[in-house]
Amino acid sequence: MTITPEIIKHHQLTQGEFDKIVSLLGRQPSYTELGVFSVMWSEHCSYKSSRIHLKKLPITGKYVVQGPGENAGIIGIGDGWVVAFKIESHNHPSYIEPFQGAATGVGGILRDIFTMGARPIAVLDSLRFGPLTGSAVAERNARIVAGVVSGIAHYGNCFGVPTVGGECIFEECYSGNPLVNVFALGVCRQEDVFFAKAKGIGNPVIYVGAKTGRDGIHGASMASAEFTEESKQKRPNVQVGDPFMEKLLLEACIEAMKTGAIVAIQDMGAAGLTSSSCEMGSRGEVGIEIDLDLVPQRETGMTAYEMLLSESQERMLIVAEKGREQELFDVFHKWGLDAVTIGSVTEGGNLRITHKGVVEADIPNRALADEAPKYDRPHDVPPHRTAPLEAQAFAASADLNADLMKLVSSADLCSKRWIWEQYDYQVRTNTLAGPGGDAAIVRVKETGQSIAMSLDGNGRYCFLDPREGAKLAVAESCRNLSTVGALPVAATNNLNFGNPERPEIMAQLVEAVEGIAEACSFFDAPITGGNVSLYNETLGEGIYPTPVLGVVGILKTEMPVGSLFRSVGTDLVLVGGFGTMDGQRFGSSQYAKQVLGQLWGLPPALDMAYEKRVHEAMREIALLHLAESAHDLSDGGLAVALAESSTPEVGAKVTMAGGLRPEFALFGEAPSRILVSTKQAEQILVILSRHEVQGGVIGVTIGERLQIEDEGKNMLINVSTASLRDSSEAALPALLHTQHAV
Amino acid sequence: MKVGVVVFPGSNCDHDAWYAINKNLNRPGQNVASAEFIWHDAHSVGQVDAVILPGGFSYGDYLRCGAIARFSPVMQAVQKFAADGGLVLGICNGFQILVEAGLLPGALIRNAGLRFICKEVGLETVTTASPFTSTLQKGETLHLPIAHGEGQYIADERTLDELDAEDRVAFRYTENPNGSMRDIAGILNAGRNVLGMMPHPERACDPLVGSTAGLAIFESMLGAVVSGERAK
Repeated sequence: MTITPEIIKHHQLTQGEFDKIVSLLGRQPSYTELGVFSVMWSEHCSYKSSRIHLKKLPITGKYVVQGPGENAGIIGIGDGWVVAFKIESHNHPSYIEPFQGAATGVGGILRDIFTMGARPIAVLDSLRFGPLTGSAVAERNARIVAGVVSGIAHYGNCFGVPTVGGECIFEECYSGNPLVNVFALGVCRQEDVFFAKAKGIGNPVIYVGAKTGRDGIHGASMASAEFTEESKQKRPNVQVGDPFMEKLLLEACIEAMKTGAIVAIQDMGAAGLTSSSCEMGSRGEVGIEIDLDLVPQRETGMTAYEMLLSESQERMLIVAEKGREQELFDVFHKWGLDAVTIGSVTEGGNLRITHKGVVEADIPNRALADEAPKYDRPHDVPPHRTAPLEAQAFAASADLNADLMKLVSSADLCSKRWIWEQYDYQVRTNTLAGPGGDAAIVRVKETGQSIAMSLDGNGRYCFLDPREGAKLAVAESCRNLSTVGALPVAATNNLNFGNPERPEIMAQLVEAVEGIAEACSFFDAPITGGNVSLYNETLGEGIYPTPVLGVVGILKTEMPVGSLFRSVGTDLVLVGGFGTMDGQRFGSSQYAKQVLGQLWGLPPALDMAYEKRVHEAMREIALLHLAESAHDLSDGGLAVALAESSTPEVGAKVTMAGGLRPEFALFGEAPSRILVSTKQAEQILVILSRHEVQGGVIGVTIGERLQIEDEGKNMLINVSTASLRDSSEAALPALLHTQHAV
Repeated sequence: MKVGVVVFPGSNCDHDAWYAINKNLNRPGQNVASAEFIWHDAHSVGQVDAVILPGGFSYGDYLRCGAIARFSPVMQAVQKFAADGGLVLGICNGFQILVEAGLLPGALIRNAGLRFICKEVGLETVTTASPFTSTLQKGETLHLPIAHGEGQYIADERTLDELDAEDRVAFRYTENPNGSMRDIAGILNAGRNVLGMMPHPERACDPLVGSTAGLAIFESMLGAVVSGERAK
């Protein structure tokens, strides 16, 4: 078949990229080869727009065992144990088919973890959807929420990994482009870590797991394009997940790894058979030869092109020690799985594919895996923003109680119980702190260590200032970990952006990456891997720049401090002090969004040195068990944090200081603040002063009411905590038009 | 007490049950209880005092929950073990399998709310006359987690009346989470040596993960096995 410009375009390759392929091969590619290049050089697989900027991220640190470049990052947690973790997006598939899109997103990231030899012990998810009210597509958005949540639940619950935390935010810009970012973490002994580097000429290449079908063909290229009206026709591009198969694959792989017969292993994710073979070959600087006739197939009559590009789920590729194949076959057959030799490691460095006796592709592995074009896309313009920069005047609130109620019952700030009760957050009995708190904590049973995790990202902040917004996300994630007493040690990031070919969008990406780099260096949380999802646009409308940070911390296994008030009559200490707020920076707050319906100005001001001292002070407070509860202040500010910490039985009475306008004082979102309830306030104040952190006793816990007054003793807020709790709990089921879980 | 924890392909609470018996029930320095795994194609449960059918999604549960598992070789062995008076505890998916296998009456269908639910629930101890509940007080409230999509217990009126008349309801929900008839959370067979329950006692055996309420059930089993040994 001759390759016409139409065929090239259809494969989302440019003429320049095609010319590069011709020069790398020294000849015209076959149609199959063109397909292989198109997926490996897609944005999704090659990071061609972001690669030169990702190099700015810090990737080394004293806990890092494996940085970016493998299937997942790895850090040491002491006593010879390590954890592998990564975040990945499944945004595009989740819009087209919410249930399967989200489910296979979970499946993909779980395979990345157990490919490394680590058994997954925790999943968290960061979700963004279009609004559930006030939008022409609110009904559709609600269906996407329900589909995505049940897809995540279906896969994680059946696989047997607890989904222990996450976040969920609603904005108009995500209506046509929901974000589904899934983080997974697994644990193993350091000596049991496996890598995806093929070695040993003549070693067999073994295919294990599910059979190959036509599902998901060109999924990676779909994830690298904007959506149009025709996108629904892409439904066949979404893969179908089978969590039971994945569970078998997990158990079989872990058992097979123990035989010592595995040299290298990689999951078949995006671009399936193609990416796993050429990446393993490229890392090991060897060739791989595959005979497609030997590949287990679910359908008849599949072409080489289809088999190479299929994204059928729950498959792995293994390079084994020659002569020890049978040991591996026995393990996989015990678990009822296919395991067949489909090729071998060869000299020379080419990926050579034969089908029915014909050579269908013969391409240098390096050309596919490492020589994809890298673009320094233009970004010498201000980042895209449409919101006014200057402070917007707004009238004094007529009813601050009503404002608080509105905030706690908004989709963004309300209880997300409707979501997380559908997730099994306890399986494996390691969950010390599950969903609904500041950070999730799972213990590692084999050691005395626990792992704390938090996912954070704020698209509004980043839209107003991508660099500062990204730094704030890192800061908040580290603050969440410190609030539960954990030391942040490493991070993973998911960069969700629009079309990088637009300079004002590329500028957002560059600014955000540089902000993450600066903050991760400062907070000693190097990036060990992650994911970039671009072209999150529908009909030319881009999403807010939404970098999501997943920070991992370690702490001693013991009963963690929770975020809820536990008893009446304890002092409330605001670690970090009241902070500052002004009319310009208030425009990025949830108050501006939910009550005023506007967005303007800048995100809150962050002083990273001060923020870090707050974290250090808080960890000391937690370590000495001085806090009865601790809760980080973020969206909605102090008033919302007080409401979230209250229970129907225990509330608070607080006196504000700082001379700020009531709305700013109550709902301003200045960072570097943590609310602590304690019976040992004096000791805490000594710690704060030693760390040069502001903070004092701002009130006391009382029964059943939340009361906040200003310096002049004027009551600003006076509500029953039961009504706060009820509004918060009832909001999401009502918005989704479903019943409260019976 | 030696406990066999059956592993079906797709079981995922098998390790949790194993850990609860070996590490939580059997405290350091004691040697009163141990657990081992039994693979689904075993034709015998071996020399054990009790069998646990753990939670999970046996064989994927793409058909009715437990519908495939009941045909696995190990279930023949479990049937025989139960018929000989051995203690069998089915938790969550294990309860579903016991019902499918006919070791317990009724059926477990999709939750009334049609969604998977993971939360802590209150359970009323209805009977203490069983080897699984003897260390509890009648009427005592236990707080245990549930985590299931298909936990709505149903049976015909006659069966329900029979269960009540024969004191075979072990636990009732204090606030029914899934629409189960007569708030049933767990039931015994006529011989009282087989208990099926949707809540997860093995998840509540360690204060670090929230509660130790579930230990009472394993301690009851231990007591029954030990006194049985003495009687021999």
